[in-house]
Amino acid sequence: MSRSPRENSVKNAKSAGSRRREPLTDTQLLLTITICIFFVMYALAMLIWGGGFLRPQKVFDLLNDNAALLIVACGLTIVMISGGIDISVGGVIALVVMSCVVHLNAGGSIVTAVLIALGIGLAFGLVQGYLVAYLEIQPFIVSLAGMFFARGMTTIVSVEPQKVAHAGFKQLMSTKVEIPWLGYTAKNGNLIPARMEIGVVVALVIVAVIFVVLRKTRLGRSFYALGGNRQSALMLGVNVRRTRFCAHVISGLLAGIAGFVFMMHTGAGNATNAAGAEMNAIASSIIGGTLLSGGVGNVIGTFFGVLTLATIKSIVVTSGLTKPWWQSITTGAMLCFFILLQSVVLSSRGKGKAHMPNWLKGAAGKKE
Amino acid sequence: MKQTKKRSPILSQLLMPLLALLVLVIFNLIRDPGFFSVELAANNNGDPVLRGNLISILNGASELAILAMGMTLVTAASGGQDISVGALAAIAGSMFVKVLRAGAGITPLTVVLGFLACCAVAMAFGAFNGTLVSVFHIQPMIATLILYTCGRSIAYWINGGATPTVDSPIISAIGSFIPGVPIPTPILIVILMGVIFSLVFRFTTLSLYTQTVGINQGAARLNGINAVGMKLLAFIILGVCCAVSGVIGVSRLSLINHETLLLDIEMDAILAVAIGGNSLGGGKFNMVGSILGAYAIQALTITLYAMKVPSTNIKAYKAVVIILIVAVGSPVVKQAFHRLWSRLTNGQPAGKAGKEVSA
Repeated sequence: MSRSPRENSVKNAKSAGSRRREPLTDTQLLLTITICIFFVMYALAMLIWGGGFLRPQKVFDLLNDNAALLIVACGLTIVMISGGIDISVGGVIALVVMSCVVHLNAGGSIVTAVLIALGIGLAFGLVQGYLVAYLEIQPFIVSLAGMFFARGMTTIVSVEPQKVAHAGFKQLMSTKVEIPWLGYTAKNGNLIPARMEIGVVVALVIVAVIFVVLRKTRLGRSFYALGGNRQSALMLGVNVRRTRFCAHVISGLLAGIAGFVFMMHTGAGNATNAAGAEMNAIASSIIGGTLLSGGVGNVIGTFFGVLTLATIKSIVVTSGLTKPWWQSITTGAMLCFFILLQSVVLSSRGKGKAHMPNWLKGAAGKKE
Repeated sequence: MKQTKKRSPILSQLLMPLLALLVLVIFNLIRDPGFFSVELAANNNGDPVLRGNLISILNGASELAILAMGMTLVTAASGGQDISVGALAAIAGSMFVKVLRAGAGITPLTVVLGFLACCAVAMAFGAFNGTLVSVFHIQPMIATLILYTCGRSIAYWINGGATPTVDSPIISAIGSFIPGVPIPTPILIVILMGVIFSLVFRFTTLSLYTQTVGINQGAARLNGINAVGMKLLAFIILGVCCAVSGVIGVSRLSLINHETLLLDIEMDAILAVAIGGNSLGGGKFNMVGSILGAYAIQALTITLYAMKVPSTNIKAYKAVVIILIVAVGSPVVKQAFHRLWSRLTNGQPAGKAGKEVSA
């Protein structure tokens, strides 16, 4: 029996050979743009300023400084892909850091400190997830309250800035992973290996895990389905409530881990720690090609988004714009550029209209 | 099972902010019967002024109430929120101070000029946000994230990295009391803004068109409403609101501090809109609700201060109250109450209303 042309084309589309002829999906397109821009920007920085930018250590420095941001940005990417938002992460980081520092200084062990970090993150994730998914309260309001609560609790734990005095933890802080073949030879002939903090390793592992989860697992695909169109996802048999719940739990847990990593980098608790981290994380995700409207995004893009933001800030400092306002003004300009780029690219593909997050669509629909 | 009595939609929308205010009032009256007493006292200059917790609630919520008015319009028209209002108010305040300090002395003319200048700047930034939202179809929260990120730095830049002061009787008249008038000036400004808005709503189609655009942009366009223009207009109006509250904020302290001026007020303003019973997804709105929401938030803050809660810890308590308020207002909880209520009155379960999953 001969196949109809339609069936043939379906078969062809499934075979690996013809996959390249398919147009890029939105996720891949935005990801490609981000990665290209990052490499072009970094190459320009290498050409113009040379020096530090030529050494691989520069990349590791950027990662060392932003490991915690990378971790929370991964969590936010998941929440944003599923069509929600979580702005409590900065507050959770501050609360975790403060609690762990106070705990360590009161004679606690590192293991219990880790458990506290995970516990706080998980608790925030569970409560916020329940309120968003099962009580159907707008995620913005829930996580706003979460942020207020976390910031308030941080000052209740301690108003004074605290420094870690725990010997074991200090050792952990100064432990660095050394990569000799990426090092450089100093003027006196010594080989200085590239150094990476433990937090970076944690962050990279988390990026890899989240990447696999989003790509290969049923839960990961559910996030995309939910963010793309909640009604369709529901009809396809996705457990919408549980999926939204899971997104917030993952985000909360990652915020807890990020708090511990943040503490391993700074070694001090302060009520204003990680101020604005939530907005930086959202900005990183957006630069990495995640849409706030949901359904589009990739954690690899988020990784490059974090690096792009960090590189811009580094370039601003290197280029001599030392006045305090330049960093955030250039960050804002860059963000504006990326947002406009996304809008133009997507609307030229006929998808520019109605980028409205699902949780808002839901709220608007109910009212009628 | 059928609801025999239909509540009026306006009342049910105002239920939440009124309830929140009522609970706070009753709580305070139980705690301290004299909590809301207002006294007429003389201030340092010998002028009669009103004092008391009620006045400090009304006075302290002025900036928030003004921003909530603008935020309501933006929310209704665009279905999203502007998170840059605090930053924009800081920019406006900086511009105000810059113009005041440019001249030889502070006269009523320079104050008016300063106000006009900061209005123009704030409207320009509002138009920037509005263009991103309406022309480029960017989510409002993301579009305004740009200004949120760099707005306070721009404010810092305007004043060349300083926090200059402006000291003048005119400024303190705007920020606290006009000599001879016992009511704090910010309250009068809020009333003025409210009157302007209600007149505009009464005599123009602004309110109707905004709601139409918010409910269905495509249908609004087909009916000949300029949807892009309406969204832009909402953001420009919010810009004016930012300028007014920025000027009030600067005048209160007689100095501009770009870092702390109206810090985190964007979150409170969005919250006021939500407590006011407005959908954060746009469409129909009720500005009175938002204003009541703003006063409820300030009443909560003042109550916590009165209970000797340290100012740094207030956020934690505020969060708990916010969650309680929105949880009570959540559709799921409301349905559960309805089912419980009808079970109590009819003796039978109230159908499957609660089982439908809303989109």
